[in-house]
Amino acid sequence: MKICVTAQGNNDGSAVDPRFGRCRYFIIADTDSGQTEVLDNQNRDGMGGVGIQAGQAMAEKGVKAVLTGNVGPNAFQTLTAAGIEVITGVSGSVREAIDDFKRGKLSGTKAPSVDSHFGMK
Amino acid sequence: MIISVASGKGGTGKTTVAVNLALSLGKGVQFLDCDVEEPNADIFLKPDIRSTRKVFIPVPEVDDSKCVLCGKCAKVCVYKALAVIPSSEQNKGKVLFFPNLCHGCGSCSYFCPTGAIKEVEREIGVLEIGTSGPIEFANGRLNIGEAMAPPVIRELKKLIGTGKTVIIDAPPGTSCPVVESLKGSDLCILVTEPTPFGLNDLILAVEVLRKLDIPFGVVINRSDLGDKRTNEYCAAQDIPVLMRIPFSKEIASAYSKGSSIVEAFPEYMEKFTRLFESALELAERSAKDKK
Repeated sequence: MKICVTAQGNNDGSAVDPRFGRCRYFIIADTDSGQTEVLDNQNRDGMGGVGIQAGQAMAEKGVKAVLTGNVGPNAFQTLTAAGIEVITGVSGSVREAIDDFKRGKLSGTKAPSVDSHFGMK
Repeated sequence: MIISVASGKGGTGKTTVAVNLALSLGKGVQFLDCDVEEPNADIFLKPDIRSTRKVFIPVPEVDDSKCVLCGKCAKVCVYKALAVIPSSEQNKGKVLFFPNLCHGCGSCSYFCPTGAIKEVEREIGVLEIGTSGPIEFANGRLNIGEAMAPPVIRELKKLIGTGKTVIIDAPPGTSCPVVESLKGSDLCILVTEPTPFGLNDLILAVEVLRKLDIPFGVVINRSDLGDKRTNEYCAAQDIPVLMRIPFSKEIASAYSKGSSIVEAFPEYMEKFTRLFESALELAERSAKDKK
């Protein structure tokens, strides 16, 4: 199963980025094979709609769960439409987040955690 | 002849100058309040609104039976108002539309290879059209919760009649709604106040007007307050100061009751007529220079 963790750096020792659409990197991990893929978030400084774009990118990558700090309403709607589980309030390192997920310690949210434009502040 | 009244800073007296200019000229004047996020010239002009007209923008509607989820619409949308969720084992895929991000440009329907997107109308505001004595009046009003002022301003400006002296009350600032309001003006009057804040925003507004290539002059409101730097700036930049309105408790008091300057002080009518004449002269001179 593929999951994605938003990250401030480009490896699994980096801290989780508290923003979804405007995070620095997306680290996509395959929980079965243990393989990871790092995506540079090219849209992080976009004018608007970055959460939507990030959500669509997750769907295209076949990600099943997103682990991050916060998710805004548009990103939440996009991820939910794609059937992707949204897990907010995640902190610490990317590796810890992945391990916690595998042990079933993290649970999904049913609502966006922040308002629009949170990541711009 | 289209004269717009603008300012970088809010609260400098744009609406006051625009309204008094209109009232001093009277017949043949068409007044457009383009500050569609907070129109308030009607408080001074007390127009008799005879008709209202809804303003729409075209937005996409996707026919799922024709959509092949190719993603072209989301790719061409500059404003990121569309997302295409590809189909997967659990999900049959779909196009998501975020109306508040849509500018109504029509790219999505134009580029859709299967003709699955048609444009439907979404109401974003209203025009109010009427008269205030001899003055033709109209304003735009953006609906609550809407973010897109320029389409409402564009519709409002379609009412501009030929052979009229059109006075446009622009919104404050220097962003899209201001540019949309000022476009096509023969002259712009920038209203400012002689404070560091007024000057800061005047300089920004001057940059916009130079870029738009619209001739402009300045009216300094509350001209006897603040400091000398606004005067010095205008002199150094060769910007004509068309009028100075000194601070007066009586004018402020009339304003606080929703009365215009010329209602309270009819002698100002001549001063505003002179402002119009200098504006006209400046516009003609600039038109000649351009040739």
